[in-house]
Amino acid sequence: MDADVTPQLVERARAASAEGTPLRIVGGDTRRFYGRDVAGDAFPTREHAGILRHDPAELVLTARGGTSLTEVEAVLAGRGQRLPFDPPRFGAGTTLGGAVASGLAGPARAWAGPVRDYVLGVRLLTGDGRVLRFGGEVMKNVAGYDVARVMAGSLGILGVLLEVSLKVLPRPAAERTLVLDVSEHEALERLGGLSSSTLPLSASAWSAGRLHLRFEGSEATLDEIERRIGGEVDEHAVEFWTAVRDHTGAALAGTGPLWRCTLPPLSPALPMGTPLLVEWNGQQRWYRPAPGVDVQAVAAAVGGHATAFRRDAGTTDAFAPLPPAVLRLHRELKRVFDPAGVLNPGRMYAGL
Amino acid sequence: MPPVADLAAELRALVGEDAVLVSVEACTPFECDALNTQRHRPDLVVLPRTASAVLDVLRACRRRSVPVVARGAGTGLSGGALPVAGGVLLVLSRLDRILEIDVARRLARVEPGVTNLGISQAVAGHGLYYAPDPSSQVACTIGGNVAENSGGVHCLKHGLTVHNVLAARVATMDGEELVLGSTSGEAPGLPLLALVTGSEGMLGVVLEVTVLLKPRPARVELLLAAFGDVRRAADAVGRIIASGVVPAGLEMMDAPAIRAAEAFVRCGYPVDAEALLLCELDGLPADVERDLDAVRRLLLDCGATSLRVAASEAERLRMWSGRKSAFPAVGRLAPDYFCMDGTIPRRHLADVLERIAELSREAGLPVANVFHAGDGNLHPLILFDAGRAGDVERAEHLGAAILELCVAVGGTVTGEHGVGVEKLGPMCTQFGAGELEAFHAVKHAFDPAGLLNPGKAVPTLARCADYGAMRVHGGKLPFGHLPRF
Repeated sequence: MDADVTPQLVERARAASAEGTPLRIVGGDTRRFYGRDVAGDAFPTREHAGILRHDPAELVLTARGGTSLTEVEAVLAGRGQRLPFDPPRFGAGTTLGGAVASGLAGPARAWAGPVRDYVLGVRLLTGDGRVLRFGGEVMKNVAGYDVARVMAGSLGILGVLLEVSLKVLPRPAAERTLVLDVSEHEALERLGGLSSSTLPLSASAWSAGRLHLRFEGSEATLDEIERRIGGEVDEHAVEFWTAVRDHTGAALAGTGPLWRCTLPPLSPALPMGTPLLVEWNGQQRWYRPAPGVDVQAVAAAVGGHATAFRRDAGTTDAFAPLPPAVLRLHRELKRVFDPAGVLNPGRMYAGL
Repeated sequence: MPPVADLAAELRALVGEDAVLVSVEACTPFECDALNTQRHRPDLVVLPRTASAVLDVLRACRRRSVPVVARGAGTGLSGGALPVAGGVLLVLSRLDRILEIDVARRLARVEPGVTNLGISQAVAGHGLYYAPDPSSQVACTIGGNVAENSGGVHCLKHGLTVHNVLAARVATMDGEELVLGSTSGEAPGLPLLALVTGSEGMLGVVLEVTVLLKPRPARVELLLAAFGDVRRAADAVGRIIASGVVPAGLEMMDAPAIRAAEAFVRCGYPVDAEALLLCELDGLPADVERDLDAVRRLLLDCGATSLRVAASEAERLRMWSGRKSAFPAVGRLAPDYFCMDGTIPRRHLADVLERIAELSREAGLPVANVFHAGDGNLHPLILFDAGRAGDVERAEHLGAAILELCVAVGGTVTGEHGVGVEKLGPMCTQFGAGELEAFHAVKHAFDPAGLLNPGKAVPTLARCADYGAMRVHGGKLPFGHLPRF
């Protein structure tokens, strides 16, 4: 149901700021596990929904934050377009605002770029109930600081995304997924070579000895790539990549803390066992490490960082610690947009 | 000792005798950037050679509460590097080393004074290049590109500076060093590198940049289409993009710009056309072939009166040469011109161009249009003669009216040139008091003393109150709640 409930949301934020009541922003409530725990009253935003504008000739979509991601993607698909960053969903209710605020991207990330690359503008509800418009609905815009892009991955600590304008792109003419049987080491080598070629490798995933490579382009281009790369064609590629994106496949099945390592290109195999899943040409790797392994230290040693993506009860922090000067800036920016500190307090880091 | 001499002595001790300029002759060349209608000769220019010297300079100025303006090559078009009274001009052009080229990882780590084109030239032998290509790319520096979030003619497909920079070391006014972004593509925390990119030297000074390199496309094709009227050309732009093709570049020129360019460089443009589109396609050969067919059909379907595909690399470059020299070419038509930089949603292209023509007639000043149609980024060039009484004011008013038009259709007052000092007034049209207050607060978070490039990019509320008083819309004063002095 489309509805503009801005006045109610503003009222709630104002009251919470006045009383100092912490709020836990809830869109589709599908990513509560992500980030640190938040103690606060639920602040539901899903009712604030509706696609406001999408003109295929503009390559821009504007929708309210509570709009269902499924609805957004269906509308885009109907007009031959898509969200390039391929956002995951961990439940049926994922909202567009949640997808942007969590900053998570799917298998296409290594090819298309991160969420922030596609954020053109936002209408933001600040912690103290101000409604501010940053950026816009055009591709090029350098008027004012680029506050809109900062919302990608901000986890709601600066404000509620009332509206988001995103750059969207045409769907490719065709896609083809090739599967090769290779070890982790061979997969990393292969991906290193492919990522420094001109081939349109739009997604990659290695797990349990199988390397899936997705290419996009014209049929002629894909035929040529198939000849060059070899392997077998995956006839169920759409289902496969959806499962990789949403963590519903065999690779990440199981329980226990799940770690995500984000690494520079061509990073070697990490000394903490075999990853459950390698994505993004080797730049995103998932692990359930043995107890006692310092995952942050292992990732940092090669210039990357690690996230406790799904934590057990004994782990409080989710993200790699920030350098003091950068953390200080985070605190200052939090004060600018949420002076009373009521929005998702502590979700990203303690005290933020 | 007077304050300037005293500071000069301290800076000389920090960065070396020859890196500090104070004489009138030495400082005069730094009195403006490419917006040369605004000038202020700096009292002191410092040209450090290392990042640690930059930090030393900032700390010294911070202790003395002296404002600092950072400058790269001074090619900016909005006065972002205009010196401020009583301040130091911090010139970064001597930090011009390429620190690392990693061909396998497709990265280059460079100092801020390296030129945009210098990066591409350094990696050309490996089949790589740095994608953003502002027209000043021969001279402009990567540090300035980060400060301005520079664009170019290939942004629609290959992105702006913000899409092509992975990490940066940035100095705050307090002399603290921040490491932002990461070669892994994302750093933990908020994406502050995106906030600093395009902040016009107000939040920090770039010390080092790690850029993404792209492989040269296997095939590039350039189409030139002529049209008998502007509306058909504008419609073709929307049709191409809606068809699913993402051109590497999609540029448009109107009749005055076409004729000026042809007269200037003899590039073979159809001088009887009312509008011209240049559409560049790049990628793998089979994909480019398919897109070329689709675009060719669309252009003819939209009423193109002639269509040409560059038959050779030499012809492709010649076809681009008219577009790339369009500003100086138009500049020959009148003693002076202002270059505007609004961006609009593409669906309004034809209407906005028609309205600009009307405004031009009303003002009695010619306007030539040459712009990034694919991005909706307009560059109306307003021709005038500063020597003629009233011309400057009329040109400024026309410019402001054009930018207000861009905002009215849902666009922005600056797509890629920045606000600097030039568009402080029009910023009041685009943003309300709440947003402007938030911008000032963001500035304060990075630079509590307000010493870094003060007075640029974000207008004060008092200034907007004055600006609003001059421009009443529908009987409603913007910033009506502010006290007037």
